[in-house]
Amino acid sequence: MIRLEPRKQHSEAMIYLTPVLALVLTMITGMIIFAFLGKDPLVALYTYFVLPLSTTYGLTELVVKATPLVMIGIGLAMGFRANVWNIGAEGQFTMGALAGGGLALAFHDSENALLLPTMIVFGALGGMAWAAIPAWLKTRFNANEILTSLMLTYVALLFLSYLVHGPWRDPAGYNFPESRIFPDAGTMPTLVEGSRMHFGAILALLAVVGGWLILAKALIGFQLRVVGVAPVAARYVGFKEKRLIWFVLLLGGGLAGVAGVSEVSGPIGQLIPTISPGYGFTAIIVAFLGRLHPVGVLFAGLVMALTYLGGETAQIEIGLPAAVAGIFQGIILFFLLACDVLNLYRIRIGWRVRHGGAA
Amino acid sequence: MDAAPSHRTDNTQSGTPLLELSNITKEFPGCLANDQISFRIMPGEVHALLGENGAGKSTLVKIIYGVLKADEGRIAWLGKDVSIAGPSSARHMGIGMVFQHFSLFDSLTVLENIALAATDERDRTKLRDKVLEVSHSYGLPLDPDRHVHSLSVGERQRIEIVRCLLQNPKLLILDEPTSVLTPQEVERLFETLRQLAAEGCAILYISHKLEEVKALCETATILRGGKVVADCDPRVETARSMAEMMIGEKLQAPNRAGRDGESIHRLVVSHLSLQSEDQFGTDLDDVSFSVSSGEILGIAGIAGNGQTELMAVLTGESVVPDNMDAIVIDEQPIAHKGPKTRRSLGAAFVPEERNGHGAVPSMPLTENALLTAFRRMGLVRRGIIDGGKTRDFAEDIISQFDVRTSGSGSDAGSLSGGNLQKFVVGREIIQRPNVLVICQPTWGVDAGAASAIHQALLDLAANGAAVLVISQDLDEIFAICDRVAVISEGRLSDTRGIKSVTVDEIGLLMGGLHDLAGSDGTGQDAPALAEAGHD
Repeated sequence: MIRLEPRKQHSEAMIYLTPVLALVLTMITGMIIFAFLGKDPLVALYTYFVLPLSTTYGLTELVVKATPLVMIGIGLAMGFRANVWNIGAEGQFTMGALAGGGLALAFHDSENALLLPTMIVFGALGGMAWAAIPAWLKTRFNANEILTSLMLTYVALLFLSYLVHGPWRDPAGYNFPESRIFPDAGTMPTLVEGSRMHFGAILALLAVVGGWLILAKALIGFQLRVVGVAPVAARYVGFKEKRLIWFVLLLGGGLAGVAGVSEVSGPIGQLIPTISPGYGFTAIIVAFLGRLHPVGVLFAGLVMALTYLGGETAQIEIGLPAAVAGIFQGIILFFLLACDVLNLYRIRIGWRVRHGGAA
Repeated sequence: MDAAPSHRTDNTQSGTPLLELSNITKEFPGCLANDQISFRIMPGEVHALLGENGAGKSTLVKIIYGVLKADEGRIAWLGKDVSIAGPSSARHMGIGMVFQHFSLFDSLTVLENIALAATDERDRTKLRDKVLEVSHSYGLPLDPDRHVHSLSVGERQRIEIVRCLLQNPKLLILDEPTSVLTPQEVERLFETLRQLAAEGCAILYISHKLEEVKALCETATILRGGKVVADCDPRVETARSMAEMMIGEKLQAPNRAGRDGESIHRLVVSHLSLQSEDQFGTDLDDVSFSVSSGEILGIAGIAGNGQTELMAVLTGESVVPDNMDAIVIDEQPIAHKGPKTRRSLGAAFVPEERNGHGAVPSMPLTENALLTAFRRMGLVRRGIIDGGKTRDFAEDIISQFDVRTSGSGSDAGSLSGGNLQKFVVGREIIQRPNVLVICQPTWGVDAGAASAIHQALLDLAANGAAVLVISQDLDEIFAICDRVAVISEGRLSDTRGIKSVTVDEIGLLMGGLHDLAGSDGTGQDAPALAEAGHD
């Protein structure tokens, strides 16, 4: 018989081991799925997880995809630590892209070197503005931020769609629903010649360092953690919960906004109807896979970026459907949540020995 | 009513024991809760199970009642080995149990609550007659049609007892039954229990209140650290000797140092009224008192009479926006301000609940030290935590208050109740507060830690702080307080000097007789009383 036995103290080792365990289980499950799809599981696994990393270009593409995931994931992880469930990063990402991208379009013939920095600031403000709505609704009316932030995502996506189909459509674009190409001064510089890896990656690394400093060293990070695990204690000490909600939502929205503007001014270079393959949602998985820890989020961002990249490679090389990437992401979260039970419980196998007690 | 215990001593000498436990062992991860426990209960015997919190009493009775399974050992019922599958089979065998925390539905009537548990009587009218009959013959007055939410705690306990008695138990287990009762209610409960015993029902009485055990029980089994350390006759032992068997060391009486210097009012509460945020909470109604430097004021009362609300409004967790003068700390009106302002004026607070309120169980002791002390102890500079200073402060608390732990890095949740309480109390006291408000300072704390905490509170007061102790434990109040007031239904009685008041008087006030002190000729005005109560 297999039993779960509560641990006296949560297991430190398991906190780091469960994401690895979840990944291994995901790969095993993946092989089974590949087999059912009629592919050689080992070849498919190789194509999915190894082949994309075998070239320099592949590695830079990994960074391109990890950049928004890490940036958003840092903000979300800090919110989740404080029990603030911002599910609408995708919307904040989009609004950041629109605010920054709109600036680039307004100055489409500018050569001013300040354009890009200003766009990044606008991107942050756009994301913050979008996150401010759930923050206000939560602190003022106690409205659940999961619902409000999620619903606002669709508003943002439709707003983007409206703009690129209408007012912001490229006048010389043969009626395609796309904006002008951003000017050079409004485009992220690339870090490696011939690749799409751009300056946003540096911003993501800065977010990791900043996030770690806040959580580990700053009083406000401590307050966020206390509110998350013991809200009653936070009230007893006088931590202002509403202020913390505002802080963490604005921070998360701002980072998502910067990620959005980095994306449209980096690899995309213009506004198009779909600017994100669900980065804002995948970043939720990134945050959890990274144990809500900034350094963990960095690694988790790279892993989840690989699922996107592998999905593309597998589609091209062996004709697997594009949906496989989404399936992998879902399975990872599923196994991660399931494995987390090991933090608090240990598995005991075998019958418990009991003497007496029987009539 | 001293008849019952004395005339049936021979019962314990011969015959088949009703219940016999041999070598009961139960292990939880990291804790051997019961270690080879053996004892027997004869029919009609009133048997006490004594021990500190964490000694293994609750685990043991849960095993007897079938809630838990022993890892090892035998249970014999009327001479036959049995396996108790669960509470319902325990009830069928004739074991009834009254838990410390009641399991009643507030929105149902007394009869409906009883009907839910009494499985063998389906006819509501017959059940009603039975309830009335039992409640009448055992002196447990109950109105079957009242809703539970309108009843006092003592009345609720009666429902639980009647519910057990309807099953005609041969053994009735009571877990800390008097912790929620006034002294008068305790005496009535004892009469009922003596009558039951005289009719042959054995009683297993779990308590750590030794005077009660002396008054009621004829045998006692004392547990310490999961082991039986003694079997004794409480009637010939003294409370002190039993206490020493319970804690395994000599008991230190708190040492009251004399105070000198003039005393000033440091915490003054006047005409404080507040509606509870909780639907089933208690509204505070015109509460006034004051605490001066160098004294300890006790607020006695049964749980649920407004202590939670009073504590919240004193810590600043709830505020009084429209009456800032209701609470004054060192001449600053602060009723409209939150905890931060109050702490900056030198007030410190220890809430009743340690886990998740006074401390964060999943965080290390260092961060728990930081929690309330970061401003006063200067542990944060420009928003950045000074890790080294925080660790030093946590280690100070650990060494000065003798907190048993593997180090300042261990999680607060890994500490025993007594050690965590010492840590929380120590954290507040080392900050040298002018005003300390502490709720249930020794609730669920072993006697050794309790006496250390009492001594720390006395020392703090002797150094000029004003200390307010909100407690349900009358022994505690009489041991350390200079003056006492009683809270009942959200109203606070007048303050009385501890030497001029008896346990009985306090008991009557706890039961809701608000006017007793007033009719006694003492003054009404709290600040005036502060002087009156001093010497």
